[in-house]
Amino acid sequence: MALSGLDIYKLLPKTNCKECGFATCLAFAMALAQKKVSLDKCPKVTATAREALESASQPPIKLVTIGKGEDKLEIGNETVMYRHEQKFFHPAGIGCLVEDTLSDNELTARVAKINALTFERVGQKIGVSLICIKNSSGDKTKFVNAVKKVASGSNLNLALYSGNPEAVKESLTIIKDRRPLIICADKAKTDDLARLAKEFSAPLAITAASLDEAAELTDKVKKLGVDEIMIDLKTDDVSKRIQDFTFMRRLALKKNFRLLGYPVLAFTGSNTPDLELAEAVSYVAKYAGLVIVKNIEKEFIFPLLVVRQDIYQDPQKPVQVEPKIYEIGKVTKDSPVLVTTNFSITYFTVACEVESSKVPTYIICCDSEGMSVLTAWAAEKFTAEKIANLLKTSGITEMVGHRKIVIPGYVSVLSGKLEEVSGWKVAVGPREASGIPNYLRSYK
Amino acid sequence: MPVEFVKEKYNGAINTIEIGNGAKCVKIGGETTLPFLFEEGAMPNQPVIALEVLDTESPDQAIACGGRLLCVRLASIHPDNGNRPADEVIASLGLIFKKCGLPLIIVGCGDAEKDNEVLPKVSQAFKGENFLFGIATQNNYKTLAATCLADGHSIVAESPIDINIAKQLNILITDMGFDPARIVMHPTTTSLGYGMEYVYSIMERGRLAAFLGDKMLSMPFVLFVGQEVWKTKEAKDSIAQGVNWEIATAVSMLQAGGDLIIMRDPAAAKSVMKYIEMVMKK
Repeated sequence: MALSGLDIYKLLPKTNCKECGFATCLAFAMALAQKKVSLDKCPKVTATAREALESASQPPIKLVTIGKGEDKLEIGNETVMYRHEQKFFHPAGIGCLVEDTLSDNELTARVAKINALTFERVGQKIGVSLICIKNSSGDKTKFVNAVKKVASGSNLNLALYSGNPEAVKESLTIIKDRRPLIICADKAKTDDLARLAKEFSAPLAITAASLDEAAELTDKVKKLGVDEIMIDLKTDDVSKRIQDFTFMRRLALKKNFRLLGYPVLAFTGSNTPDLELAEAVSYVAKYAGLVIVKNIEKEFIFPLLVVRQDIYQDPQKPVQVEPKIYEIGKVTKDSPVLVTTNFSITYFTVACEVESSKVPTYIICCDSEGMSVLTAWAAEKFTAEKIANLLKTSGITEMVGHRKIVIPGYVSVLSGKLEEVSGWKVAVGPREASGIPNYLRSYK
Repeated sequence: MPVEFVKEKYNGAINTIEIGNGAKCVKIGGETTLPFLFEEGAMPNQPVIALEVLDTESPDQAIACGGRLLCVRLASIHPDNGNRPADEVIASLGLIFKKCGLPLIIVGCGDAEKDNEVLPKVSQAFKGENFLFGIATQNNYKTLAATCLADGHSIVAESPIDINIAKQLNILITDMGFDPARIVMHPTTTSLGYGMEYVYSIMERGRLAAFLGDKMLSMPFVLFVGQEVWKTKEAKDSIAQGVNWEIATAVSMLQAGGDLIIMRDPAAAKSVMKYIEMVMKK
């Protein structure tokens, strides 16, 4: 938690010596709080004060990076308990489990299936971020072979889940440039794996049975030189785990409790796909940084990824599409012209229904600052004047021969005014996008 | 290394609402902390899943699902959808009630004029049964509130993802003499992927305000998850995906503080019921 200027002032020498360039210690403290100046400017600060200030300036939840390059997974560094306080910053990773007990063919098939788990939704590409290879066989050779096969078969980020330091070491030598996450499967081997994490500068997930134990282990691992740590809590039931995730986040954010200030790793434990989905959704909603699932069916993963997309959406900034003319299908001079707002969910819902109608159509998105139709109308961001102006300036007059525009049913009240200011004929479309296919098919 | 929890201390609590009478009576609400944080506060009543049927549908499948409440949507009274008169609807509801023996949640068709004509008659026909009726909105609450008040039912008060309107409507309804502990809030439902996060955050904000003592936001939440999910392209594309979409939406709403979740698909509803059993294990 960031300290206020007054908090900082209490830690300063309060001598007003002016050597930092500020008139008073208080002024210096205020500048420090705003991060305008470095603490090094104060020649008289005590070691304890320095430690307290430095610790306070670090993020309360450590940022952990798994993998390298463009598709690396960054998690942690969260600052709030609730989305509405600001936003959640680093979307939780969704990982898929691959066990080393699979036959070569099964493994190849599973990896191929995982690779295909990417989707396009409201203009954003979403997909799974990681494959976790689990040493279920307990055998070193089998594990290393599985790691080799997965690494060569997939560009996704990797996690090595084993309690065998030799197996992990050999795997790391092969895939060290991928910067995988090491997940400690055996508490007794935590020290060995921590040394490997340090040697290969890889992030490490510790496994603990309780918060008390987690705090002990992160302390120990940190002292062995590992910086990027995750916590996998193996408490028995889901509700206990969700509670613990909440308490960890609170301790880190409100008490600046460093030992639990790391992102959480959660494996699903449920044995049926429906409960596994429900469990995974709960972890995404309640503060997990990485959720590793067993089920890799498309209809299971897709809703889970959309939950993550929703929860991590910035509440202050609705996803918007560019306000412009969109052409759906092979449009001609006679194609209908629909107008809607530039809130991406609105646009994509409309576009999707227009597509399914198979009627080539122009959609003009009005810049409503990303608000949906009714909200934008109420906030006067979707007005007759704005639409009329759009008709004039967007270039649509050159694209179609007619002068008729369809407005959403919810804003039928705009039609009179719009006809008056634009000179276009105004037709009132359906209220819900689902009515568009019928509407367009009978549109004259 | 013993870790000391930071527990929030709240003064407020969510109202407990009873729907139905006698042995079949279902309680919702009563929480003193956010969902499933049993070490911090109480969640005396587990969240309830109710299947939704249309008044013209057979309720058999929904009943077989094992819910403790049944939601009947009077879709057929809509002028564009049959314009069914009140007496026919009451007869259908009577049969459904007899068959299921469960307290009912009865929801109008959304056409204000027709709802105001039919719902009072339905309410009167089930006088004293302590059902839950909906939906009251800021622009149309008086008729429904008056009739529920007279016949001893609870009411669903809906606001358009807006905490201030939610509070305002609760005040307006209680000003009519309505017991605040007979109001269930509907913050508006949106499906996963269609703005669900707005509802999620409105619910969290409402809950926190209630715990800090705002009595006019201390009502339990109802969410109509089924009808919203099955409107989406993702659900229409594939039933298996639709079922998962409904499960994922319902679970998200439970994590945000939902007390009563109305669902459409029996398989999805059963899964969420199992999930509730799982997370209520303290």
